[in-house]
Amino acid sequence: MESAFEIKLKKTFVSAAAQLQLDVELSAPSQSFIALTGPSGSGKTTLLRMLAGLTSPDDGRIVFAGDVWFDRLARAERSTQARSIGFVFQDYALFPHLSVRENIEYGLVKPDPRWVHELLSLTELVDQQRHKPQQLSGGQQQRVALARALARRPKLLLLDEPLSALDTALRARLHDLLAELHQRLKLTTIMVSHDLGDIFRLAQQVWVIGGGKITDVGTPQQVFLKHRSPGKFNLHARVLAIRREDVVYVLSLLVSGNEIVDVLASADEVANLQVGATIVVASNAFSPLLQETR
Amino acid sequence: MPIDWTPLLLSFQLAAITTVILLLLGLPISYVIAYSNWRGKAVVETLISMPLVLPPSVLGFYLLLAFSPQHAFGHWLQDWFNITLVFSFAGLVIGSVIFSLPFMVHPLQNGFQSVPVSLIEASRTLGKSDFVTLRRVLLPNIKAALLTGVVLSFAHTLGEFGVVLMIGGNIPGVSKVASLAIYDEVEGLNYAAAHVYAGVLLVVSFTILLAVYAINRRAPRVP
Repeated sequence: MESAFEIKLKKTFVSAAAQLQLDVELSAPSQSFIALTGPSGSGKTTLLRMLAGLTSPDDGRIVFAGDVWFDRLARAERSTQARSIGFVFQDYALFPHLSVRENIEYGLVKPDPRWVHELLSLTELVDQQRHKPQQLSGGQQQRVALARALARRPKLLLLDEPLSALDTALRARLHDLLAELHQRLKLTTIMVSHDLGDIFRLAQQVWVIGGGKITDVGTPQQVFLKHRSPGKFNLHARVLAIRREDVVYVLSLLVSGNEIVDVLASADEVANLQVGATIVVASNAFSPLLQETR
Repeated sequence: MPIDWTPLLLSFQLAAITTVILLLLGLPISYVIAYSNWRGKAVVETLISMPLVLPPSVLGFYLLLAFSPQHAFGHWLQDWFNITLVFSFAGLVIGSVIFSLPFMVHPLQNGFQSVPVSLIEASRTLGKSDFVTLRRVLLPNIKAALLTGVVLSFAHTLGEFGVVLMIGGNIPGVSKVASLAIYDEVEGLNYAAAHVYAGVLLVVSFTILLAVYAINRRAPRVP
């Protein structure tokens, strides 16, 4: 039977600039992969912390897989320790005095060397298991944090921007890892992310939060693609160089992270443009060639 | 000229016992101060810090009154437990514990506060109780602070003068510690003995402080 995950929460919190009222009501089938997205200071981390029991809601109810984790009316609040969660912190929060292996073992309920080894090999950390966190790269630290969070075999995995610090290649590998672990461990996963690539690759459901309210819920396609007209391309790009060739100008643009393309522009278009500016390159009646790269 | 080693022995005994008691007392006190907020916390923090600014004779004077059987507390102790704290070694220990409390509590409090909150929260999300978190996450990450607290308390107790004079009464073999013995010997113009006591205290104090600075320099910092 598929039991639901229900959240109804209110919390006044202080974000970067102002006091904000978080007021959300959400549900999801268990074992779904949910992306939580929205501008910074909109309440994403606060929502995640309330689910983990690290921050107390002012009002509301959290029911996960039939267990009541929080119920203001019934005055019930389950401690963080008693919730079946794994939490990957934005700053990883690895224990600096413990090795990679010891960090993971810390999360175990009882000694289980086989499970530890499995986690180490899944996260490709077998060779680094005796290293201290300070000796690892950002990507490795992130994987230790993930392995440690999974050590106690939680039902709910909470990820606070887990992929933000990684380069593209590592990101792709961690996508695969997260997708696999989510499947294998029958997890319900909530991931805070700003990256559309991450969201489309991993999430079945997207929660968009803004100013403390849920503004949109649906599949990534429903949320992000519904307002687009077909055949029109919008690319965000940064101007790297502007040079004049005969009667036209050539703009060198940085597109989608690391690609450099040259486009032609008229004198009017470059009139107010400076190197470093961010622009939108739009094209109608565009019929691109599509090829998979690997 | 024979040197009486009893005052030095007594000093080290007093410092050792005081430090052990302070460690047991200082850990829960500094933990509570570092991690909780309640009305009256400022008052408790102030009371703990009082020995830093108060003349030792003031504290000694009040403790002398409190311990003496002529007053309520001392009378009660004697009536119920047959204990007299005034002019006794036990009284010295209690006085030293109160007098050196800030030297244990402050480093430990700073140590606890320097550990990132996310480490404590991570431990909770991994299902560990606050006591397990204290033992397995906090204490290993505040080793430098623990060492500082222990050494400062020990060294500070060795160097006490005013409090021990007031409540100990300078009784040979009971409460005449090295710092008092130096004063006595100088008064009796026995400079050779004073040199021995003073020299030992100087070398010991220098050595343990040097050891702390050297170890703290090498200790890895919590990120």
